[in-house]
Amino acid sequence: MPRRKGAPEVNAGSMADIAFLLLIFFLVTTTIETDAGLDRMLPPIEPPENPPIIRQKNIFTVNINKNGQLLVEDELMNLKNLREAATAFLENNADGTCDYCKGRKDPASSDNPDKAIISLKNDRETKYSTYITVQNELVGAYNDLRNREAQRLYGKDFTDMEAEYLNPETPSSVRDELKDKVKRIQDMFPQKLSEAETSTD
Amino acid sequence: MAKFTKKKEGDLPAVSTASLPDIVFMLLFFFMTVTTMKDSSLLVENTLPNASEVKKLEKKDRVIYIYVGKPTQEYQKVFGTEPKIQLNDKFANVDEVGSFILAERAKKPQELQNVLTTALKVDKNANMGLITDIKLQLRKVNALKVNYTTYEGDAFNNLQ
Repeated sequence: MPRRKGAPEVNAGSMADIAFLLLIFFLVTTTIETDAGLDRMLPPIEPPENPPIIRQKNIFTVNINKNGQLLVEDELMNLKNLREAATAFLENNADGTCDYCKGRKDPASSDNPDKAIISLKNDRETKYSTYITVQNELVGAYNDLRNREAQRLYGKDFTDMEAEYLNPETPSSVRDELKDKVKRIQDMFPQKLSEAETSTD
Repeated sequence: MAKFTKKKEGDLPAVSTASLPDIVFMLLFFFMTVTTMKDSSLLVENTLPNASEVKKLEKKDRVIYIYVGKPTQEYQKVFGTEPKIQLNDKFANVDEVGSFILAERAKKPQELQNVLTTALKVDKNANMGLITDIKLQLRKVNALKVNYTTYEGDAFNNLQ
């Protein structure tokens, strides 16, 4: 009896292609979780040889007590207003040397962004979360000013430019170009955030 | 009758399994790339605070982690509920931080030793006293670059 042929075998040759397609899809879409946080530099343990003389009006003091209350420039302040106050201090521009600042030129506040220093002090019993919130607001004040200048000069946010510059996947040609821009903006508002030793009493 | 039996012939051909290894390898590679090795299990509670102005910690090989928080439930009987420091897989005192950083730094390749970042993963309920002590230790061993690791979010959520 003549046997009839079964259904023709399915061609599985392209299975590998489909498999690779899936593999590549997942490779591209999955992001490996990376940590993020606030970058800070600690001061070196040895004090500099000739400490520069800093005038009191160039220091913006922020004190956090153990209940999480803020004392800014000897006045009680709500955390929500801190960013605004820090921004106003940084670009106050009392001596008029900073032509991109939009500050009030209050003679009792900082001379120019280069001289302006923010000093952050905390109690030993301050909660870490409060401390981070304050740090975040102060860094935010710098970022707001830098973003504003970056928008004006390059039409981009400073934070985006910096993230792109620091991203290792950015091609080096783009990076070199960004380097100067990032440096320029950073020099306009240098981040001078001092973390003094904790008060013990 | 032969007419009918004829039709019953011809079973389904076996599905080719030649591509099964491909699929398996695909899965293998997928998990290989996605999995991150957990290098130390947490002995402390570690709910990080939120912050919005964050920067990413890009290169994992340049980071030394320090965990701070109160011991988890199972360790509370032995270590109490005060926040403790965890270095690698064990609890440590503040004065051990310096030698830990030096030891970790010595393990890294020469060219990375100057660009290391210390990531402080601190529970949001910890007190600043301990953090200040750690910062002093870090300054003593000249590990000045720190990153306060946080979750991305609105910083004001921390206060509730």
